[in-house]
Amino acid sequence: MAAFRFSHTPIDSAALRGELADPACGGYAAFEGWVRNSNEGQPVRRLEYEAFEALALREGERIVAEALVRFGVAHAACVHRIGELAVGELAVWVGVSAAHRDEAFRACRYIIDEVKHRVPIWKKEHYLNGDSGWVNCERCASAPRDAPADEPVAHRHVHDHA
Amino acid sequence: MSAPAATAFPGVPPLFGLVLTGGRSRRMGHDKATLTYGDASPQLERAMALLAPRVARAYVSVRADQADDPLRARFPQIPDTVPNLGPIAGLLAAQARHPEAAWLVLACDLPLLDEMTLAHLVRQRAPARAATAYRSSRDGLPEPLCAIYEPRSRESVAAYVAAGRDCPRKFLLSADTLLLDEPNPRALDNINTPAEYGSAMQQLKDTGASAVPRNITVQYYALLREQAGRRSEALVSHARTAAELYAELASRYPFSLAPEVLRVAINAEFREWSAPLADGDTAVFIPPVAGG
Repeated sequence: MAAFRFSHTPIDSAALRGELADPACGGYAAFEGWVRNSNEGQPVRRLEYEAFEALALREGERIVAEALVRFGVAHAACVHRIGELAVGELAVWVGVSAAHRDEAFRACRYIIDEVKHRVPIWKKEHYLNGDSGWVNCERCASAPRDAPADEPVAHRHVHDHA
Repeated sequence: MSAPAATAFPGVPPLFGLVLTGGRSRRMGHDKATLTYGDASPQLERAMALLAPRVARAYVSVRADQADDPLRARFPQIPDTVPNLGPIAGLLAAQARHPEAAWLVLACDLPLLDEMTLAHLVRQRAPARAATAYRSSRDGLPEPLCAIYEPRSRESVAAYVAAGRDCPRKFLLSADTLLLDEPNPRALDNINTPAEYGSAMQQLKDTGASAVPRNITVQYYALLREQAGRRSEALVSHARTAAELYAELASRYPFSLAPEVLRVAINAEFREWSAPLADGDTAVFIPPVAGG
């Protein structure tokens, strides 16, 4: 099985754990990311994950391969959900098996941190109040810098990102 | 979205464009307006094509004795009124002709000038200042020949020339000029000698220079998918790089994300904004990610 993959159906973490079993390993560490019922004070109803799968699979594989080399662990894998998820569902799973616990913990932490920063996956939150927003995208929309205060507002909007 | 600069707003002077072609091209030994790069069109034609969609009207600035030149005669002209003054003569004549307009003044010898650099200048234009210009990435000084001069600069330009001065860069230094950082540090390299021409030719070759249109597929994800209103499209584009392609798309769709927060992928691998595009490429602009 590929070390990084997507799932469009609920993730079975017990089955995934079985894939990492190895008599040479004395330690197994896993991380599960769950859909939380709020974000930055906003009550969340559900989430939607979308990925640029062709590149995400390559980048995900690179991250797992880096973890194997960097921490010398025996096996590692990561599965990320795609599509609509309800509160409480498992969104991402990372598992690592290794001779000893220390490298298993560290490799597990490395993989989830890198996946969050590097893999082209996007999360849209749907809030209880009916609003929705793409996490990390809605507030980085840039306004023109140095626009004079007396410039009409309509003018600024039209010039945005032209 | 329509071309932003062609849209008038109350209180904001209309933006007109002026391509300067009155230089003597002495060091080049050949009229720079007619120079071509690869199979691309002459420099003047290229400059006008870049400029025209961003301004309400576009003119060519000529010396009085150039009016009948066939290449220049294809465009509306503004002849210099003061001879032997250099590029500032073009601005002086244009401001006299249309004192109500702001002028985007462009040299015709900028073969590396790209869509993104012009779009950024127009977007960041500060009508309440005298001028908006780029700060050179080489010496930190204003670049006067890819800059916007507001109507409020007209009297000081005239006074500057009347005082016997003619350096447009020093004029910008003395005026209330908004200085911007260049999005592409080589875009304003100008070409004065055959050696510089050769170097620019090579640079353009390296980045897939020619004006040959390419078949490009663009895929959209997440916020950009929603703002483009589609998952993918096949298009024929003159964009030479990923940066030029994004500028082209951003003029068509109401994208809220600036290039600075995006990453680029071509054929499902991360690439630089300056990456050249080839026929058949698939491009993706990657909004800030949020896995986990």
